[in-house]
Amino acid sequence: MAELDRTHESHELGMHTEQLSGRTQQAFFSAEESDNLVYPWASKVDFARSGEIDAATLDQKQVNLEIRRLMSEGYGTITVKNPGAKHSLGVGILNRLHLHFDGSLGYFGCGLLDGPNVTVSGRVGWSCAENMMAGTLVVEKNAGSTFGAAIRGGDLVCKGDVGSRTGIDQKGGTIIVGGRTGAFSGFMMQRGRMVVLGDAGKNLGDSMYDGTIYVGGKIEDLGVDAVEGEMTDLDCQWLTRKLGQYGLEAPNGVENMTKIVSGKQLWNYDNLESTEKKLVL
Amino acid sequence: MAYEKDIDHFIKGDGLDSEREQTIGQHIGYRYDVNLVPDYDRLTPFLKAYIETMGWEDLNWLEDVHMGYEESRPAVFDRNINGWVTVPEDMDLPDNQQDRDMIARELLIKFQMSSRHPMVGLRKAYAKF
Repeated sequence: MAELDRTHESHELGMHTEQLSGRTQQAFFSAEESDNLVYPWASKVDFARSGEIDAATLDQKQVNLEIRRLMSEGYGTITVKNPGAKHSLGVGILNRLHLHFDGSLGYFGCGLLDGPNVTVSGRVGWSCAENMMAGTLVVEKNAGSTFGAAIRGGDLVCKGDVGSRTGIDQKGGTIIVGGRTGAFSGFMMQRGRMVVLGDAGKNLGDSMYDGTIYVGGKIEDLGVDAVEGEMTDLDCQWLTRKLGQYGLEAPNGVENMTKIVSGKQLWNYDNLESTEKKLVL
Repeated sequence: MAYEKDIDHFIKGDGLDSEREQTIGQHIGYRYDVNLVPDYDRLTPFLKAYIETMGWEDLNWLEDVHMGYEESRPAVFDRNINGWVTVPEDMDLPDNQQDRDMIARELLIKFQMSSRHPMVGLRKAYAKF
């Protein structure tokens, strides 16, 4: 942040030496930085090498360790048979990889993904792809509540219906729901995009700080500070391309979708907070 | 927002435009349009190679990466270190946000994938498996 000017009231409050944002790092790019396209610690995998895991007799930790072992041996395409709706499968993968689950996942499936392309032929339980960072995850059937909670990046797709609080605390990335979504979807959304091709439940986008929600069906009602925005050509182009990637279409055309954005009446909260703390101290 | 009229608004000044911002000494909101979707006609060769390597069809998580401005200098926010990384001073910036965003994405990938990224040391010290 720029050096505070003495004419600002904040200087009189004694805040002139305080770094308010707290986010500046003294890190600088170098033009000759790196030509790596993956993390330095990532396993070198080949998408053409396929491996298979039968999860029927394994617990979730064993399945996850098996996935890591196959990656470390260079397998770039892994199929997990009989996942049996076990919880926490396929978590913490920070690697390029094609991963397929032949069946359904339980709670907290595929959390903390950073890079892989995952497909699930069945359903997923609560909090699928929580804190997802990058990559793609496609669920062929339905998903439980808090689908994509706190997602920061990547494409998260459910071709069926999802429960409530979809994308709660979404901080980036794209969530696509082929069917309906439940109440409080987009709650406290901070950025990123959510696309719902069917209907949306109550309090859509409640307390959203930023980001965009597109809805193809009916919206039961909007939450606090969620307002309708204007669709642009760039929005339509982006939606057409993105939905096409996953074989989906807006039921009435992307140009007729409803765009929901933040009214930005809640923007002052975090800025006020630091001032209040300082005054109390 | 006023800065939409001038792409260099946050380089020329501190972004403290409103009375409230003057009072708290801090800009309110993002310093760039977080909702700007990328123009794929402007992809750089490096980014095309990155997308292909990862097996994606588009920029994926990089759609949310934009060139921002911190301390009146162009910078990119690196979520892995929760901080801004400053763009080299001698780099000429294009006159439009779409091209600036593509530069920001390329620089961020190069930084994150390099062995001098802070995550490398952290991983060595704390990784459990």
